[in-house]
Amino acid sequence: MSRRPFVREVSRTRWYFRQPRYLRYMSREVTCIFIGAFALLLLCAVRRLSQGQAAWESFLAALEGPWSALGLVVILVFAVHNTTSWFNVTPKAMPVQIGEEFLPGKFIVAAHYVAWILVSLLVLYFAGVR
Amino acid sequence: MAKSNKPIFWSLFAAGGTLAAFLAPVLVLLLLLAALGHPPDVLGYAQLHAFAAHWLGKVFLLAVITLFLWHAAHRLRVTLHDFGLRQDPVVAVLVYLAAAAGTALSMFYLLRI
Repeated sequence: MSRRPFVREVSRTRWYFRQPRYLRYMSREVTCIFIGAFALLLLCAVRRLSQGQAAWESFLAALEGPWSALGLVVILVFAVHNTTSWFNVTPKAMPVQIGEEFLPGKFIVAAHYVAWILVSLLVLYFAGVR
Repeated sequence: MAKSNKPIFWSLFAAGGTLAAFLAPVLVLLLLLAALGHPPDVLGYAQLHAFAAHWLGKVFLLAVITLFLWHAAHRLRVTLHDFGLRQDPVVAVLVYLAAAAGTALSMFYLLRI
């Protein structure tokens, strides 16, 4: 080690503002806050459901309103960001080899998007959304 | 080779992330419709109760809630480090305990339906 090492001062709490790709990385990481919040909301829903019809209906009534709609829109945006960022790295996470060649990544990503759309439509259909 | 608990938490993270990638947006959308005053049929008490009373419905709800929680817990652990909180041993115990508590609670509530 040299006697006067060069130390670059990097903020521990604001380093990701230095480069757009660091910010993109952080935008992908913070989706977990919203996925976690949604899981807690679902946990609440299951709790109220287990307490009977009156409890469930008061849960639905409490959910209705502009502020919870706004919160859910924010959660939706981050959930979609989790989906797209998750699918876009699938060729790296699970490359498909056919003989000597690797299947081009765009096919793996596209297959995930198609499956996502089908699953979503299926859920909407069975949930009775018209 | 040194033993590590990383594969367990990482596989829960990956499973939860994949499940969330496919299901989270549409499930959020269902609750958003309810928040806007147009709850879909499935959120009616009779229908949702029947769904959760069946063992397949319980497995679905349990998988969604717990894997989302474990996914969020593991990623939150890494993200808190990225935000400058350098207390990983404490953070790890806290986030995984929270996920474990959520898992236990969701099992408890689902079994009462």
